[in-house]
Amino acid sequence: MDDLRILERDVTTQSNKITARGVDVFYGEAHAIKSVDVDILDKTVTAFIGPSGCGKSTFLRCLNRMNDTIDICRVTGDIKLDGENIYDPKVDSVQLRAKVGMVFQKPNPFPKSIYDNVAYGPKIHGLTRNKAELDEVVETSLRKAAIWNEVKDRLNAPGTGLSGGQQQRLCIARAIATSPEVLLMDEPCSALDPIATAQVEELIDELRSQFSVVIVTHSMQQAARVSQRTAFFHLGSLVEYGETGQIFTAPKDPRTESYITGRIG
Amino acid sequence: MTDATAAAAASTAPAPRKGSLLVQDARTRKRNAAESRFKAYGLAAIAVGVIALVILVTSILGNGTSAFRQSYIALNVELPEAKLDKSGTRDLEVMKKVTTLTYGPLLAKGLQDAVDSLGIEIEGLTKKDVSGLISQEAAAQLRDRVLADPALVGQTVQITVLASGRIDGYYKGRTTLASAELDSNVSPAQLKLADALKQKGLLTTRFNAAFLTAPDASDQRPEAAGLGVAILGSAYMMIVVLVLALPIGVAASIYLEEFAPKNRWTDLIEVNISNLAAVPSIVFGILGLAIFINFAGLRASAPIVGGLVLTLMTLPTIIISTRAALKSVPPSIRDAALGVGASKMQAVFHHVLPLAAPGILTGTIIGLAQALGETAPLLLIGMVAFVREYPAAYSATDGLFGEPSTALPVQVYNWTQRADPAFFERASGAIIVLLVFLLIMNAVAIILRRRFERRW
Ligand SMILES: Nc1ncnc2c1ncn2[C@@H]1O[C@H](COP(=O)(O)OP(=O)(O)OP(=O)(O)O)[C@@H](O)[C@H]1O
Ligand SMILES: [Mg+2]
Repeated sequence: MDDLRILERDVTTQSNKITARGVDVFYGEAHAIKSVDVDILDKTVTAFIGPSGCGKSTFLRCLNRMNDTIDICRVTGDIKLDGENIYDPKVDSVQLRAKVGMVFQKPNPFPKSIYDNVAYGPKIHGLTRNKAELDEVVETSLRKAAIWNEVKDRLNAPGTGLSGGQQQRLCIARAIATSPEVLLMDEPCSALDPIATAQVEELIDELRSQFSVVIVTHSMQQAARVSQRTAFFHLGSLVEYGETGQIFTAPKDPRTESYITGRIG
Repeated sequence: MTDATAAAAASTAPAPRKGSLLVQDARTRKRNAAESRFKAYGLAAIAVGVIALVILVTSILGNGTSAFRQSYIALNVELPEAKLDKSGTRDLEVMKKVTTLTYGPLLAKGLQDAVDSLGIEIEGLTKKDVSGLISQEAAAQLRDRVLADPALVGQTVQITVLASGRIDGYYKGRTTLASAELDSNVSPAQLKLADALKQKGLLTTRFNAAFLTAPDASDQRPEAAGLGVAILGSAYMMIVVLVLALPIGVAASIYLEEFAPKNRWTDLIEVNISNLAAVPSIVFGILGLAIFINFAGLRASAPIVGGLVLTLMTLPTIIISTRAALKSVPPSIRDAALGVGASKMQAVFHHVLPLAAPGILTGTIIGLAQALGETAPLLLIGMVAFVREYPAAYSATDGLFGEPSTALPVQVYNWTQRADPAFFERASGAIIVLLVFLLIMNAVAIILRRRFERRW
């Protein structure tokens, strides 16, 4: 833990963007998330850390109802976005996902051109009025995702033809092109080299001025570098949640301490 | 792992193997032998398949290619007004009353004149023998020509007519001088005359386009029989199948695969569809007979009925292959689309369906090819009938595709049932046509596949 610049960064208190209360998730009989309460602040980067299989991805997918696509998955409890229950029967999950964007753990670009990958979201949501505006959105999204220089000459090449790390940045560009209010990122940097990682982290920090970002990561350094708040999950429960500096320097729970010092995981 | 367990594991681990890499041990030898045995079995299996295919193709080509060649006789025929238009008015209605019975002798006379003027003399050749060289179809051909152009009456016209089936068979090795001795339909003298005419250039054997365009012909005139009606009937049925089975099948599969909840009912439907695919095709024929002809009152032998029956038969094939194609699209693509806020339908139509398209197309074309070659259900709904008239795509009384027709495989079956060996040749020819259509469909499938295929 040599990189704790976080302490110097001022954490202004923000209003709650997402509040989760008593959330339980079941895959069939298996109890994957056990009664989790979390407040995710607006204009803040929140990191989810924890050993593999502890339910970070599962909980993240609850926040934009991507779990709806899994037949055996059942979510109970209360998750509110800006005070509105996102599991309310009246809520259209499509509208929700336009507000809560997601970058998946495995890069999954569409087998279409790079341009079409990024332009797809704005197109279906009618965010742009003409081709010039769309071009503009595509370019800024690709620039923000730190991939513009690599692909600007081959926007019509298939997105699936990029390297794994480039694909992941393309997926990030695709997610921010729809300007969501919350961006969920599931290990966005696991396939990236240190330079691209640094660029993505810079992007995350930039995004913080407009969005609230939730990032799952296995890298303590990354969590410490980019996030203001950190949640530590273990075996489906939220063990500890607080300001990143506090979690990494003075964890309250012994499990948190042993995880960040590398003893469980 | 703690240090204690690591130590325990190390003590039980097997000792490292020793021995030269250049010498195979017994186990490796055994494994390699098993592998080469298996490769040999595979090669043998492929060889058997290839040999069977080669035998099949050569026998069909050997028997059938001659159907695409036919013997014709060129004649000059007088068309006396006294016989064809007694009134002299060239009134079509009156002229139509003159039947082919009047035209036949004109042709016979024309040929006899040619034989006389060329000075061909053959022992034992009667007048009846000479006229027997000409196909019975020729009189109808001449009559049609005169009715199409009444001004021809009173003139002498040149006409090329079909030679009779036995004479044609002489040039294809079916009839020989020896077999003609025993055959009441053809005499050796006729064969000699045919040779003489051939020498003079009056009798020629050339490509027979009529085989693909002419309708079927009766038992006595195999030389005139063609596949025209059968090809058209099959084409109409394929249109019906494509227009109905593709959208219904694809829509059903998309619903079942992407939208339907997974419960007992959808399981039941799934099992039923798989079972339907295995139902013998003749059962669909009985179903078609009961529903479309007896209950709905559609006309027997109509391409629409055949098409509907074949649609029922093809649907399970299309549904199964479409579902397999949809299943093979990685779920991450659906997640990606849903993740940027696409609706389920947008995800399916913008991303999943294009990726599944090659598989769907292949399934559809396999289904169509199956339907094209299907015979049994068509027999039951009367498509085996003898049809001389071309069916219309639309008729005022029978609606779309409602006029009686026949189909390629049924025509094959029909011709193999007939006595004259000339029909056997035509049946083989029809099989070649059927195979060519199947090859074309497969080629289209491959081309479309190539075009739509994308990596992901
Ligand atoms: N689709 C699914 N069906 C059944 N069980 C699942 C499914 N997805 C996840 N699980 C289970 O839920 C638990 C949590 O999984 P999850 O993917 O959330 O872990 P994670 O914390 O993201 O792990 P990692 O860091 O390895 O990505 C695991 O025990 C996993 O086996
Ligand atoms: Mg995960």
